[in-house]
Amino acid sequence: MSDYVLETKNLGISFGGLKAVQDVNLKIKKGQIYGLIGPNGAGKTTVFNLLTGVYKPTTGTFFLNGEELTGKGQEKINHKGIARTFQNIRLFNNMSVIRNVLVGLHNQPEFKCNPFVSMLKLPKHYDTEVRMRNKAKEILKIFDLYEERNNLACNLPYGKQRKLEIARALATNPKLLLLDEPAAGMNPNETAELMDTVRYIRDNFDVTVLLIEHDIKFVSGLCDEITVLNFGTVLCQGDVEKALNDPEVVKAYIGG
Amino acid sequence: MNYFKNIKNAFKFKNCINYIIVGAMLIISLVMSSMGELPRSSADLLAQMGYSILLAVSLNLVVGFLGELSLGHAGFMCVGAYIGCYFANSLYEVIDSKLLVLIISMLIGGSVAAVFGLIIGLPALRLKGDYLAIVTLAFGEIVRTIFKNQPAFGAALGLSTKRFGSDLYIVALIVVLISLFLIQNIIRSKHGRAITAIRDNEIAAKAMGINITYYKLFVFVFAAFFAGVAGVIFGSKVTPVTYSFFSFNYSIEILVMVVLGGMGNITGSIISAVFITYLNFQLQDKLPGELAALKYLVYAIILILVVIYNNAPKLAALREKLSISNAISSKKKSKNPAAQHDDKNRWDVVPTKIPMDEIVSTDLKQEKAYTPDKPEKGGTE
Repeated sequence: MSDYVLETKNLGISFGGLKAVQDVNLKIKKGQIYGLIGPNGAGKTTVFNLLTGVYKPTTGTFFLNGEELTGKGQEKINHKGIARTFQNIRLFNNMSVIRNVLVGLHNQPEFKCNPFVSMLKLPKHYDTEVRMRNKAKEILKIFDLYEERNNLACNLPYGKQRKLEIARALATNPKLLLLDEPAAGMNPNETAELMDTVRYIRDNFDVTVLLIEHDIKFVSGLCDEITVLNFGTVLCQGDVEKALNDPEVVKAYIGG
Repeated sequence: MNYFKNIKNAFKFKNCINYIIVGAMLIISLVMSSMGELPRSSADLLAQMGYSILLAVSLNLVVGFLGELSLGHAGFMCVGAYIGCYFANSLYEVIDSKLLVLIISMLIGGSVAAVFGLIIGLPALRLKGDYLAIVTLAFGEIVRTIFKNQPAFGAALGLSTKRFGSDLYIVALIVVLISLFLIQNIIRSKHGRAITAIRDNEIAAKAMGINITYYKLFVFVFAAFFAGVAGVIFGSKVTPVTYSFFSFNYSIEILVMVVLGGMGNITGSIISAVFITYLNFQLQDKLPGELAALKYLVYAIILILVVIYNNAPKLAALREKLSISNAISSKKKSKNPAAQHDDKNRWDVVPTKIPMDEIVSTDLKQEKAYTPDKPEKGGTE
């Protein structure tokens, strides 16, 4: 067992001649909230896509709790314990809020149920469904979405859609939660609330959080450590204050 | 004890409206036939409705719930009809009971069709939308051409089958009831949720750890099985089974049933399958001789009118007024306001894609006044 929840070694991908991300080395300790920032087009989301198996890395490897997951499929990586949210919200729009969370619970070993059992409505089917339902309600209560549980996901206001996406990702019982711009499009109140929520889930769900965010206040208020990316390479890594005041980082953001 | 409570919930009117529709068809026709009032043509029509419902509901699984356009459903039916009836012909020599032979041949026809479903499901993993539609279309044509050129299956003359007789509609409708039970249970379980999740957002479904390969193949196999069963029923009604019946046009007709009834809406599929079969039957009956050419014109006009006026506001309001399930639930609501927020009883109602107003009526209206045009203001301010 390694000390780090997530460890990447020289992770990189190139699309043809374009080196989108190269030599990213992340070491994230258990229980940390880790930030990944950088100007637009720096390759932050690409790193997420590499970690969740959307892209297969062309160079390098990554490990979750010491187990190599490089090149595995998306479902497999999710089963192993990496869940994510998306930059542009991808909910199941035509399903109700609670059903979105229930889909997240689908692969939990405690809710295993053979299709043929469901087909014949054997007692086990009801048992699993009721237990799944209760678990989903619990999760929704934490995210203050319980009252809206029977609304369609597409009819939720934007902030709540973001929250629902996090709730759904948490339902898959991840060890590492990847949040892609969770505070985008939120007003200051919602952002503050989100910060509390992220801390709460870190403390109560036993997860480590890796997040991408442009809101520097959000990052500096929440993250324990950050990595700054620019043009696909790591500019600076480590303590938040130090990294944000690094001249290279300032230059990348403001220019000059 | 809990199990029995759940079973009781499953018998709620809203959850078993589909069984009631088909059951009513069966009981009314049984009563009529016992009084000797059921003409032979009606019994034929009922059997035809039976397999149309099976086809429409199973295609709805693929098109409405999984969200993949399949134009080869008649191909699966063709496989079921030919293989099932071929076995039935040899089984008749061994087994005396007609019913037993029909049941065994339905299972065989369904299973072979399911194997073909697996084969056609494999490209579905890589193809999407129009491209998959083209592959399935080609599949339908290839299958019937293969059977056309097999002397063992009667070649171009068709496979001569033994007719089951005028009682076929009883078997057909009972098979429909059983199939509806299986299909609805799957749709209303966690597996159904996974399937609708794939339809709604495949990328997100993958990221949630849903095994897309498994569920896509599952749906194709499942739907093909019921299409195969429908094919065997068809083969027991019509003899000989000819390749020309399972043409592209027939696939489209099944698709029309699904689209007309609303994608992802099983009750709608049943009603539209019954409606279209009846319409076809009447048009064939009422337009004799030269006028028969007009059949497709009238058919098209009726379909266009239905599609245009289906969502007309006045008609929607009228439907609301007449809706039995709404009337029942509103009565209950007024009786027990505390139960309004208790959703324990409807966790197995499936949200659907196209008929939004229906979802509102079943899932949301009971909760509170709901305005889709004006979403609630976000934020705490």
